[in-house]
This record gives sequence, C-alpha cells and structure tokens, in this order.
Amino acid sequence: MKDLWCPPKGSSEDAGLFILRAVISGGGYYKVLEYAAADLRDRIIQMEEMSKRVRVSILNMIYQSKSPHIGPSFSIVEILIALYFDAMNISPHHYWDSQRDRFILSKGHACPALYAVLAERGFIDSDVIKKFAINDGLLEQHPKRDLSRGIEVSTGSLGHGLSISVGMALTGRVDCNPFNIYILLGDGELNEGSVWEAIMFAGHHCLNNIIAIVDYNKMQALGFTKDIIDLEPLAEKWKCFNWSVQQINGHNFEEIINALNSLSSDKPNCIILDTVKGKGVSFMENELLWHYRCPDEGEYYKALQELEA
Amino acid sequence: MRKTFVNSLIQNSRDNKNIYLLTADLGFKLFDEFRSRYSDRFFNIGISEANMIGIAAGISLSGKIVYCYSIIPFLIMRAFEQIRVDIAYQNLNVKLIGVGGGFTYGLEGFTHFGIEDLCLIRTLPNMTVVVPADPVESNFFAQFSLKHEGPMYIRLGKSGEPRIHEKIPDIRIGKALIIKEGKDLAIFAMGSMVYKGLQIVDMLSSKGFEATLINMHTLQPFDFDIVKQVASQFDIIFSIEEHSIYGGLGSSISEVLAENGFNGRFSRIGISMLNDYIGDTEQMLHRCGLSVKELYNKIYFEMRK
Repeated sequence: MKDLWCPPKGSSEDAGLFILRAVISGGGYYKVLEYAAADLRDRIIQMEEMSKRVRVSILNMIYQSKSPHIGPSFSIVEILIALYFDAMNISPHHYWDSQRDRFILSKGHACPALYAVLAERGFIDSDVIKKFAINDGLLEQHPKRDLSRGIEVSTGSLGHGLSISVGMALTGRVDCNPFNIYILLGDGELNEGSVWEAIMFAGHHCLNNIIAIVDYNKMQALGFTKDIIDLEPLAEKWKCFNWSVQQINGHNFEEIINALNSLSSDKPNCIILDTVKGKGVSFMENELLWHYRCPDEGEYYKALQELEA
Repeated sequence: MRKTFVNSLIQNSRDNKNIYLLTADLGFKLFDEFRSRYSDRFFNIGISEANMIGIAAGISLSGKIVYCYSIIPFLIMRAFEQIRVDIAYQNLNVKLIGVGGGFTYGLEGFTHFGIEDLCLIRTLPNMTVVVPADPVESNFFAQFSLKHEGPMYIRLGKSGEPRIHEKIPDIRIGKALIIKEGKDLAIFAMGSMVYKGLQIVDMLSSKGFEATLINMHTLQPFDFDIVKQVASQFDIIFSIEEHSIYGGLGSSISEVLAENGFNGRFSRIGISMLNDYIGDTEQMLHRCGLSVKELYNKIYFEMRK
C-alpha cells in the first residue's frame, strides 16, 4: 500500500504548492495512492471487497483466541474502512506527524475490527494480528496506546474517549493545527455520564475539529438499548447540546463518505450510524448472544462460508 | 501553599508555552492572574472532574504539560478511574493538584475531607506522589513538576501554612529529609504534621527524650532505605499523618518494617475514627488525636511505658 501526499479534498490549491507548504510546515496530507486516483464508484467497490476481508480477519482473530465481542466488531467495519482509506489524513510512514488526524476507538472492546483495518492500512503486520489475545501476545482485547501501530489512545473502559478527544481538540485550536479527531462511541456507552460532560463542553466551545461517530446498533451487553436506557430521540439530544448531527446507514459506504464530506465548520460533528450488530453473518445479526459468544468450529466454518460468498 | 504553587506556575508559563491549567470550577480568585495572562491555556472545565481528567489526557497527548486543580475528594475519588486509565496507565504528563489535605475544610464536613486519597493514589503505576510540608517545599515541587515527565499528585493544604525551612533545603524526590536528630525515638511525619512534629520534638526534649524527626515529603516512590535505616537504629518509631491510618504513610512504613523483621514498637498516628465530629480544622485534628497536645500526650505515654 503506497501513500501519497496530496491536497485535501475540495481544495483548489495546486498540488505542488500544497506539498511545498506541507513540507515547510512539517506536516503533510496523506492519501492512499490507489484510492486517491480512483473515482468514488471504484473506491466504493474496492472498499466493499475490503470489508469482506476485514470481517474474515476479525472472525479468525476471535475464533483462534476464543475472544468475545464479534458482534460489536462487525458493526463498525464500514466506518473504519471509510475513515482509514478515505477520510483521515494519516500514514503508517509518518505516524508521528503532528498534523495527522487522530482516531479514538472509545468502544475499545471492538478492537479486532480496528486491528484488522490497521493491518489493511499498513500500520500493523499480519504477524502481529496472529498475536491477538494470546499469552505473551502483542495485542490485547482492549487497545493499548502504541503510536507506531496507529493506536492513539488506550481504551477499554467506556465513557473515556470523548473527553480525551476534547483535550486534543483544544490543543489543535490553541496551536492552529488543523487536524481532526475522529472518535467512535458505542450506543450503550452513551449511558456513561462522563460522555455527556464532554458533549456539553464540546458543544459550548464549538469544537468543530471533533467528529464523534456513534455505532447505533441498538444493543448493549445485556439487551436492547431501548429496554435498558432508551436513547431516543438520540439525534435531538446531540442537537440540543449544540452539535451538528447526521444520521445515516452505517453499512453504506456512499452514505458514510458523503457524511464525512459534509461536516459542519462551526459546531462539533456527530454522525449517528444505524448499524446491525453482528453484520455480515446471518445468524449473528441482531442476536444478543454474539456480543460475548465465540463461534465453535461448526459456527466458524458456517460464518466463513457466508463472509467469503 | 497553593498560592505559592500557582505563582510558580505563572512565572514559568511566560516562557513555557506548553503549560496548560485546568480547574473543575474551583479555586475562587486563585487563577485570575494566570487566566488573564495565558487565557488560551486556561480552561474552567465546569463541575465535571471525570471530564477534566480525560481532557487533560487529550491535551498531554499533544505534548503539553497539564495541571488539574480541585478539592481532593472530587479530584482523586470522583475521577479515580479516569486517573487510573487515562493518566497513570498511559503514563501521561499530567499533574494533579489536590487541595484540602486532611481536615483543611473542617466545618465543610465529611464530603470535603481529604483523608483516603493517598491510600488510593499510591497504588497507581507511574504515579509520583508528594506532600509538601511548607511553602518552600511547595515551590520546590512546582518547579520539579515542570521538569518531571509523567503523572504526579501534589497534595496541598490550603493557605497559611507556617514555614519550616529557614534556608532552602536539599530536597530530592524519593529521599526523606531528616529535620532533627535524636537517639531515643524516631518520628516520621508528612505534610501538615511536620510542623507539629517539630513542636512535639521540643516538648519531648524538655522531658529528656531526644527524637529524630523525618519529613516524608514523597510517598511515591517510597524511601525504603530511610525506613530500614531507622528500623536498625531505633526501638520505638511513630508515624504521624493527616490522613487515614489505613493505606497512607503509616501503612507504607509498617509494610517495610514487617518485611524487614523489625522487633521494636511502631505506632501509626492518624485518622482512624471520625465519630460524626463537627469542627474546624484544629478542632477536628484535636478530636482525632492530631493536635500538638494530643500527639505529645500519646507519644510521651508510649515513651514512659
């Protein structure tokens, strides 16, 4: 996978001039070469192919390590691919760049999906993926901060990520550093009070460099969100706190890419993704069991067959 | 003491543009000067301590030094899990300034007492824990905190603490300061209890007991060597602290003594029972056996046994 320096989307600036400016300022704008060249339709076809590979990789990681959380990993595959291959200014070859965009997986338990996408994007080797959740391994069941692997923040305890993104956003503003912070929250995670402390603060300070994305798969550990703590009207709630809100189909690349290209420049942004827990494997979809359950041999091959179809 | 600390931050922030200061809506008038001079690096987060710690983590992940200010139970206990994961686990450059150690906020009642904080915070990885005893030490730790990479907890009283050091002493992190030397007993003291310790040492001296007084300004990393050294020289040792006897200075010392086969007498003096007392700082200390008179009585009684 090759990375290319290029001007941000929608910029009329000459590419050569942009690169010159980026070099002078010590930062660059990175895109994946193959994707930057292709048009939207082709990019989406490639991403759809990739989403199959990523789901297989997740299935393998979880099956081999007997880990939980396959359902919540499957629901965030499309958004992660769109972020890492289309929206975010990041590069495994320049992971320290102070102008890079930041990504925080606040729902840290879904990290198999993150690891699989980071591997696709060249941040981690496939050998490292094999060391997921085993004794003396390299990757935990909740992500541990490691910039060289593209993991910005240690997460795993819910309700932490949004406050951290606020801190990053404040320094971006003070330093006139134009990076964005993309943070992915679970819907169940919105039960945590600290999330709403951060929502209030970001709304009050109009932190337009934050893009909070909610994986609204309508389920949490012990049941449906509507039965445990009903989040509705969810979009209205964020709007009341001075956020700009879009609600889209979280498994449709075109909608995701459009949403990520239609961000507000004067308010913090929230994108609510309507998703399906366990997306991609028929018997896992919308089944609470698959929040925790690890597939047995029969289920593994059945799932593999569906994903590779 | 807190004024000394903040003044030191103001002086350093002129040249060091990496210093950020956050408060969870406390410290009336304390930050006015910092705020007017460096308005872009001061944030009142609002009454939301968990959010403040998370924000501090995010700021420090951009390479800054962040100071977080609040009253101890709100700062340390309300946001403990954020401190544990976001700050300590990730080893970030965030400095926690807790005010109201012990009974500083006496009449405000139990909600405002800072009496279990050290027990919690000393268990965290990467955390440096200091308890200055006077404004000289407070200023030293303010300077030190700027150079030290990593999380730190600075436990302060509030204001009006008497000065202990005539000259600026040779303070080293993790190395206790011997304030007085005597041959009959040893007293470990921390924070507000160092000044009281000095008065007790004089009173004991007049009765013929010469005491060694040790200022344990750093609880983490703990000075194991001084405890072992004292254990080999003395048969009777005391610890005094404005904190629960469970998990603070006395506990830390007793762990070292127990593991090193100390055969003498050791007594932890601190807060063990509150019994619904109501009172200002001095009254609360007196009720809990931590006034100069009560401390002296207790130690003198033990010495005469």
